[in-house]
Amino acid sequence: MSGNIRYLFAAYAVTWIIHITYLWTIVRRYARLKREIGELKKPDVRS
Amino acid sequence: MKRIFLILGVLTAILLSYALYMALVIAPTERTMGNVQRIFYYHVPSAWTAFILFFVNFGASIFYLIKRNPAADIVALVSAEVGVVFCTVVLVTGPIWARPVWGIWWTWDMRLTSTLVLWLIYVSYLFLRRFSSSGETPLLAASLAVLGALCVPFVYFSIWFFRTQHPQPVMGGGGSIDPRMLHVLLINWLAFSCFAFLVCWSRYRLEKLQRDVDHAHVLQSLLAPRGSVR
Repeated sequence: MSGNIRYLFAAYAVTWIIHITYLWTIVRRYARLKREIGELKKPDVRS
Repeated sequence: MKRIFLILGVLTAILLSYALYMALVIAPTERTMGNVQRIFYYHVPSAWTAFILFFVNFGASIFYLIKRNPAADIVALVSAEVGVVFCTVVLVTGPIWARPVWGIWWTWDMRLTSTLVLWLIYVSYLFLRRFSSSGETPLLAASLAVLGALCVPFVYFSIWFFRTQHPQPVMGGGGSIDPRMLHVLLINWLAFSCFAFLVCWSRYRLEKLQRDVDHAHVLQSLLAPRGSVR
């Protein structure tokens, strides 16, 4: 039973993969929002 | 504010590294399960953190239902989202522990099934928030959150009321734990709670900013001259 270290490694790795993936989605959403804010700040040439 | 966030981020990273070291090196090896038992130092704190976040979601939803406060609505959304992430960790690490210990990945026992149902309730809550464009969405979501929160005590106490394969609770109930293991468990819980707090903080700011930008878009389209709106 004590030789099952790969399960321990898998559990810890999966935990951090889940958290890092979620953090990555937050960072992506921030970047998209920053672009949107940049677009909003541009003077409207149509008016 | 940015500076405080950065300092807290560094402190949390140090705490998480220390908690990992404690879980892998300092905590004693369990006699029957061996090293696989160390999964418990990630599985249990993740479950506790998820439960706390679902209760925050419950409190914020009740507050929103009473006061119609937009900040409470954001807190409810953010806590549900981060709670689902932690609950996903619980549902994934549990079977990884069960395979070598029970010989199976999953069993439809009350604790496991109710945790899966809880996760599904909050995932449906997030889907509702994401895909419904009705003005009543926060109200509907708050009502669903109240129902979801009722499930949390059921999940926790299910191992008291039903015969299940899941181990007894560490705190209260019939379970007992070595004080050194409890110490490591609590440090991991503290580390994950700090991490969850920081993620919620950053997600709150993002959501608030998103709503401000959406508001600005509406204003821009209202103020634009006729025929120039895209």
